[in-house]
Amino acid sequence: MPQHFVAPPQWEWYIVWYFFLGGLAGGAYLIGTLLRLMGDPRDQGVSRLAFLVAFPAMVICPILLTLDLGHPARFWHMLVNSRTGALNFKYWSPMSMGAWALLGFGLFATLSFIEALVQEGRLRHGLARGIADVMGGVLGRLFMVLGALFGLFVAGYTGVLLSVSNQPVWSDTWALGGLFLASGLSVGAATLAIVTRARVDAPTTERKLSRADRVFIVLELVLLAVFFATLGALAGRLFAPRWLVLWVLVAVGTLGPLLMYRAPGAGRRGSPVLAGWLVLLGGLALRIVVIFGAQI
Amino acid sequence: MDITPGQAYGFFTDTSVCIGCKACEVACKEWNQLPGNEPAFGDGYDNTGQLDAQNWRHVQFIDNVPDDVLTVGQGKAWLMMSDVCKHCTHASCLEVCPTNAIIRTEFDTVYIQPDVCNGCRDCIAACPYAVIGFNEETGLAQKCTFCYGRLQNNLVPACAKACPTESIKFGDLSEMRNVATARLQLLQSQGVANAQLYGEKEYGGLHALFLLTDKPEAYKQPNTENAVLPSRNNTRSYLASLVTAVLGVVGAVIAFRQRGEEG
Repeated sequence: MPQHFVAPPQWEWYIVWYFFLGGLAGGAYLIGTLLRLMGDPRDQGVSRLAFLVAFPAMVICPILLTLDLGHPARFWHMLVNSRTGALNFKYWSPMSMGAWALLGFGLFATLSFIEALVQEGRLRHGLARGIADVMGGVLGRLFMVLGALFGLFVAGYTGVLLSVSNQPVWSDTWALGGLFLASGLSVGAATLAIVTRARVDAPTTERKLSRADRVFIVLELVLLAVFFATLGALAGRLFAPRWLVLWVLVAVGTLGPLLMYRAPGAGRRGSPVLAGWLVLLGGLALRIVVIFGAQI
Repeated sequence: MDITPGQAYGFFTDTSVCIGCKACEVACKEWNQLPGNEPAFGDGYDNTGQLDAQNWRHVQFIDNVPDDVLTVGQGKAWLMMSDVCKHCTHASCLEVCPTNAIIRTEFDTVYIQPDVCNGCRDCIAACPYAVIGFNEETGLAQKCTFCYGRLQNNLVPACAKACPTESIKFGDLSEMRNVATARLQLLQSQGVANAQLYGEKEYGGLHALFLLTDKPEAYKQPNTENAVLPSRNNTRSYLASLVTAVLGVVGAVIAFRQRGEEG
């Protein structure tokens, strides 16, 4: 078994919520992009909704990260060396990569948000309409693909960040990046399923979202198995009695929705919304147990 | 001695002559104006507990003496070790630091610039020796500076200056390696079979070498096999994320392509 004599970095609730919202924002943005690119007119309302959801979730992320710093006013030190004025870009440091990725994703999420607002008729400012015009063309599609790549990175690098350390559990597996990404995609799809039911009449797209979330959940379960397999006996640390409730939530938040999405006529009885809430709960519980479980 | 910028310096801590007086801890706190934590006594003489933001030297008292009476000739002694930042050649903290607050100085030591650090604590997650601590009051990650200011003024680090038994030695790194090797050979010739050097191979060579009389794990130091850098996980973790991303996107495209009416 690997030896660990490290101290915990005291990454706690701000980081838990950042990881959760980063996954949600990245997942929602990817889904919005795919629905737009695939061009089914019945999906376009939900595609816009995806961009409307991704933006506020993304905006909260840097706020949480800044609050977590010992010196919040020095948040910009992540990007610029305060001594030399040179840019800080360390591709081998996931935290450095994440800071840039969040900045990039912020740009894409903001412009897509503006475009969605214009298309929904809720923003009529000239500049906003100009942005929407550009985004509606070929350039806009390319732009969204790039945004989705940034979104995927933001959703997944958080697991890599934990692994690129010397902490027990985190550094003893290579599956965390994939696991958080799969969970982020699932959380993104689930959020859209919930919001769609409340705001848009799009039963066809709802069923598509349910099917996509099924894929994401299966992916998450496979990665969860890989996660435990790579940890071996160390996984026991995450199964201390105090974490068992959270693991139950993870199980309910994955297996539950998987069964509910498969139920005949699921789309008509409101169960996608309940399944969606279970996914969110499970996604949050997963991050809590991974983050706190390794540090205590 | 002349301390010259551009030259590599190091500590050699000979635990076999450490008497646990904690003069190093006191000198360190005095010089660096560290108020210290509230003292906490456990089952032993250790009232500082660990290296952290307030303790840049920490004397470990390792009680490996059985409580039952020993016969003559089986005598065991407590292990004592004045632990400190290793100022690794390949430093985990420096590797991950996103702000470049952690630098290598002109004396080849590892230093956290307090005006650059923003308190993200990634270095704490990375340090395999639990050396760095977070100071809640200053909002900074803190650790041994190798008495950077003293070195710049041609002064020996405070801990080495104060050590009454010369358990802590300071000097040119290559000279420290020679001193350590000579001491090891002497102890081995005197029959101390467990004597070993720590820090020659780990992390490209540590700037704080230790002579130990038990295996490194007994002193809470990872052995050579476990002295690994955080970046070892970069490629495979990103690769796992990439494969997941591809599978996720392909899966979503298939899910979205199917006719919406299907279950």
